[in-house]
Amino acid sequence: MAEKVLMKGNEAIAEAAILAGCRHYFGYPITPQTEVAAYMAKRMPKIGGTFLQAESEIAAINMVIGVASTGKRAMTSSSSPGISLKCEGLSYLAGCDLPALVVNVERGGPGLGGIQPSQSDYFQATRGSGHGDFHMIVLAPASVQEMASLTMKGFDLADKYRMTSMILADGTMGQMMEPVILEAPELVKYEKPWALTGTDGKRPHNIVNSLFLVPEDLEKMNFARYERYRTVEENEAAAEEFMMEDAEIAVVAFGVAARVSKNAILAARERGIKVGLIRPITLWPFPKANIAAAAAHAKHFVSVELSMGQMIEDVRLAMDCARPVSLVNRAGGMIPSPDEVLAEIEKIQGGIHA
Amino acid sequence: MTVFAKPKSLTDAPLHYCPGCTHGIIHRLVAEAIDELGIEGRTIGVASVGCSVMAYNYFTVDMVQAAHGRAPAVATGVKRSDPSKIVFTYQGDGDLASIGTCETVHSAARGENITIIFVNNAIYGMTGGQMAPTSLPGQITQTSPYGRDVATQGYPIKMCEMLSQLDGASYLERVAVNSVKNVRNAKKAILKAFRNQVEGKGFSLIEVISTCPTNWGMTPEKALAWVDEKMIPYYPLGVYKDKYAEVQ
Repeated sequence: MAEKVLMKGNEAIAEAAILAGCRHYFGYPITPQTEVAAYMAKRMPKIGGTFLQAESEIAAINMVIGVASTGKRAMTSSSSPGISLKCEGLSYLAGCDLPALVVNVERGGPGLGGIQPSQSDYFQATRGSGHGDFHMIVLAPASVQEMASLTMKGFDLADKYRMTSMILADGTMGQMMEPVILEAPELVKYEKPWALTGTDGKRPHNIVNSLFLVPEDLEKMNFARYERYRTVEENEAAAEEFMMEDAEIAVVAFGVAARVSKNAILAARERGIKVGLIRPITLWPFPKANIAAAAAHAKHFVSVELSMGQMIEDVRLAMDCARPVSLVNRAGGMIPSPDEVLAEIEKIQGGIHA
Repeated sequence: MTVFAKPKSLTDAPLHYCPGCTHGIIHRLVAEAIDELGIEGRTIGVASVGCSVMAYNYFTVDMVQAAHGRAPAVATGVKRSDPSKIVFTYQGDGDLASIGTCETVHSAARGENITIIFVNNAIYGMTGGQMAPTSLPGQITQTSPYGRDVATQGYPIKMCEMLSQLDGASYLERVAVNSVKNVRNAKKAILKAFRNQVEGKGFSLIEVISTCPTNWGMTPEKALAWVDEKMIPYYPLGVYKDKYAEVQ
C-alpha cells in the first residue's frame, strides 16, 4: 500500500491525473490553481508526458480537444475567469463526444472577482458551460484525498461516457494541505474506435466533428446524447450522508461548505437537535434520490453555499419544493462559519418545535 | 495511360464550393502532396470554420473539425499526442488572421512541427462576404459598403511578413493559384511544407492567395485577374522565411 503523504489539493490532483494515465496537460497561469501546472511542469518531462503552457485558456482547452480526439487522456485546469474562457471548448468537447478532464479551482466572481475560495460557478458547471444542450459530469471534492480520488474517477467516467468530467473545487480544496494516499487505480481500458490514429490505409477515415447542418441529424445527435446522460444520472449520482437517519433538519452542502456544516451539525446534535448532512459528491448528476428520500423525515432543508445561492435550486427541484429550504451563504471569497450554520439550524429548530 | 487523375487522398464527395472558387485547386494540391510523400495513413487534418469547414468530408485522412480560429491549438494537441503523425490545418483568413491570430502566432513561436495551409481570399465567404482582416484598403464588402476605410477599419494584416519575425517559424511562403504557373509554384511550396514536417523541421505555413467570385461580385475569370491586379501587389508572392534554406 502506498504511504501517506502531506500534499496540497492542487498537487494531489496533478499526481492523481498522472496515476490515472494522463500524459498531456495544457494550462495557463491563474490563482488559485497554479500548483497543478507547476507540478505537471516538473513531472511530465520525467515520464515522457507533455506539459505545455498555452498562450491562453482558450488555446489550452483546444489542445485538450486535439489530444482527446486521438483517444488519449488529456486535461487542463484553471480557475473561474479562466473557465469562462474555456466554455466554448467545453461545448465542442460535448458536441464531438470527446472525453476530457477539466479542473476548476473556484475563486470569487463575477468578472475578475477575487482570489479567495468560492462555489459561485455551480450554475456554470451544472447548467451553462457553453452553448447548446449538454452536460458535464461535475465532481465536488471535500478533502485532499478526494481531490485525488475524484480526479481518477473523473478520467474513468469521461472515457466510459465520452463526456467531459469537471472537478469543481473551491479554492480551499486547492490550497489546503492534508495527508493523502496516492495509489494507482486499476485502469479500465475503453475501446475508442472513433479516435484519430491515422487510417494506416486500413479503414475509412474517422471524423471528429460537431457540425450537423441537417436539423434532423442534429436533433438525433442531441436525443442520443441525452439518452446517454440519463444512464449517467441513473448510475453515477453520488452523495455522502452524515447523521441523516433520524434528521428533522437536512443540511445540504459540498466542498468546504460541507466540512463547515459537519462542525455545526455536531454542535447542534450536542444540543439535542436532530440534524444531518447530505454532501453531494456529484453535482451533475445531482443526487436527487438522497434529497427526495430525506424529505420523507426532514421537515426543513438548509443549503450552505459559498455563493449567492445556486445549488439551492437543485435541492428544491429534487423534492419538488415539498419542504422549505433556507440558505446560509457567504460570497466573494468568504466562507460561512460553523456558528452561522448553527444559528440557522437553531432558528429552524425553534420554528419546528414552536 | 493516365495523364491526370484525382489524388488518392481526396474522397469522391462532390465539393460544395461556389463555381470559380479556388478552394478545389488548393484541396487537390494538398492531397497530391500527401500522396507523393506516402503519408496518407498517418496524416491527421484539422478543418477550421469558414467555407472550408467541411474539408473533413473531402480528405481521406482522419480529420477533426476545430472551433473558429482554434485549429493550430487543436493541431498542437494532435501532434503532441503522437509526433509520428503528420498534422495539418486548413484555414481561411478570418479564421487564421482575425479570431485565431493568437493561436497562429503562438504555434509559430513554439515552432510546432505542423503544416498550416492558409487560404487568403480577402473576405469572409461562408457568412456572405464581410470584411476580412485581409480585405484590401478600399475593398467593398457587406461590412465595408463604402470600401475599407483604413482610418476607421485599419489595415490588412500581412501574415507571412508578420510571422517571419518569429524565431520559431521555419518556412513561410505566399503563393497564388490564379494561373498555371502560380498553381505549379503553389504545389511545390505545399509539398515542401509537408516534407518539412516529415523531416521534423518545424512550423511551416503556406499562404495561398485565393478567389471568391461570389462575394467579390465577379465572374471567375475576372476574379483570377483581380488576384494579379489587386491582391498580389498588396500581398507579394515569395518565400518569407526558410530556416533550413542554407543547409538544403
